[in-house]
Amino acid sequence: MDTVLIGTRKGLFTLRGGEVARVSFLGAAVTAVLARDGVLYAAVGHGHFGAKLHRSRDRGETWEEVAAPKWPEKPAGVDDRSPMTGAAWPWSLDQIWTLEADPRAPDALWCGTIPGGLFHSADGGGSWRLLRSLWDLPERRQWFGGGYDFPGIHSVCVDPRDDARVLVGVSTGGVWVTEDGGESWTLRGQGLRAEYMPPERQFDPLAQDTHRIVRCAAAPDALWAQHHNGIFRSTDGGGSWSEIKAKPSSFGFAVAVHPRDPETAWFVPAIKDEFRVPVDAQLVVTRTRDSGKTFESLREGLPQKHAYDLIYRHGLDVDETGEMLAMGSTTGSLWVSERQGESWSVISHHLPPIYCVRIS
Amino acid sequence: MPRVTFTANLRRHVDCPPADVPGSTVGEALAAVFAHSPGLRGYIVDDQGALRRHVVVFVGGEAIRDRVRLTDAVASDAEIAVFQALSGG
Repeated sequence: MDTVLIGTRKGLFTLRGGEVARVSFLGAAVTAVLARDGVLYAAVGHGHFGAKLHRSRDRGETWEEVAAPKWPEKPAGVDDRSPMTGAAWPWSLDQIWTLEADPRAPDALWCGTIPGGLFHSADGGGSWRLLRSLWDLPERRQWFGGGYDFPGIHSVCVDPRDDARVLVGVSTGGVWVTEDGGESWTLRGQGLRAEYMPPERQFDPLAQDTHRIVRCAAAPDALWAQHHNGIFRSTDGGGSWSEIKAKPSSFGFAVAVHPRDPETAWFVPAIKDEFRVPVDAQLVVTRTRDSGKTFESLREGLPQKHAYDLIYRHGLDVDETGEMLAMGSTTGSLWVSERQGESWSVISHHLPPIYCVRIS
Repeated sequence: MPRVTFTANLRRHVDCPPADVPGSTVGEALAAVFAHSPGLRGYIVDDQGALRRHVVVFVGGEAIRDRVRLTDAVASDAEIAVFQALSGG
């Protein structure tokens, strides 16, 4: 079985052969993980002492702290406030929310943070550069919500055909695309719909709260989004989206797409907004194999009675074959499936709350 | 010279032995520490150089007033103690 990295509220757990083989950073929050060419990265959040990034070149046996993304000095006199809340945007890292590798350049990494910064490293985390081209846009000040004190960037989707083409998802602040390696950005997302906004702004691309966006590796123009409002799919690289309804609910946080089949994707439904628990307290994974025309509810091996597990946006992953999935919940349950979600095996019900899982 | 000490909870994450450093303000003393241990800086102050929200610095047992620019004066024999604030985290 592959190695699975599990970032939790209280440390990093490494799964091998279906068992927890190693615990790292015990006691500290691990908010994002990445494996690339045998190198592991773990974003560690020390409640008091800030967010850090660690790297391992020996499969997690030893770790070295490398540079964390850092904001440049805030220019004097800049009044950088949210027009919605009046709060001053901090020019300082709070949380590393997502780490992604450039599929074409081994040492190139992308990092999305809270507050909503996008950072790039060309040297495997040795140093980071804030994409001022995105941060300095006036629209950035209008980003809002997202469940934390400030909005953040949760998804970075690099086009494997051309790594100058990158799409990022902001919660809440729409879908942004660059086609020139980050020199310039365009707000995309036609068709995304925000029911939580006043009627005249429901289709405003800036008001769209995508929870997670994933891109199909073999068909990079195909993207899936789990949005606050439901499920959306794009077949043109994120320019336009169509809304898709699924039972038992279209609400959730996580989504995974089959790396070779853009029509196959997995979601974990929950009751919307003020509840955020599985429908009827039964945990299911929904899967479509026909671009969202139909969905199956997969429940074998998942708890069907009094289950209140919520799967966060980075809590579901699929491996590069599209066969194996891993899923971790807020109540510390971890499952894997070797059969595309048809059935699930529980690894533990007793881990700390799980933020992110990644199969390497 | 002022002496800077760090909470044991921080020493779990990064090497930070007590340091006798020059400086007439908290900021100057900490800057002297960071010059010697660059990796320590990000644990104490945020990206703009202000004290982290959940970190507190005591000088002679009193919490400092200026957490943004760290201008509180320190005497040459001051004890500067870096602790975690009991405010979440």
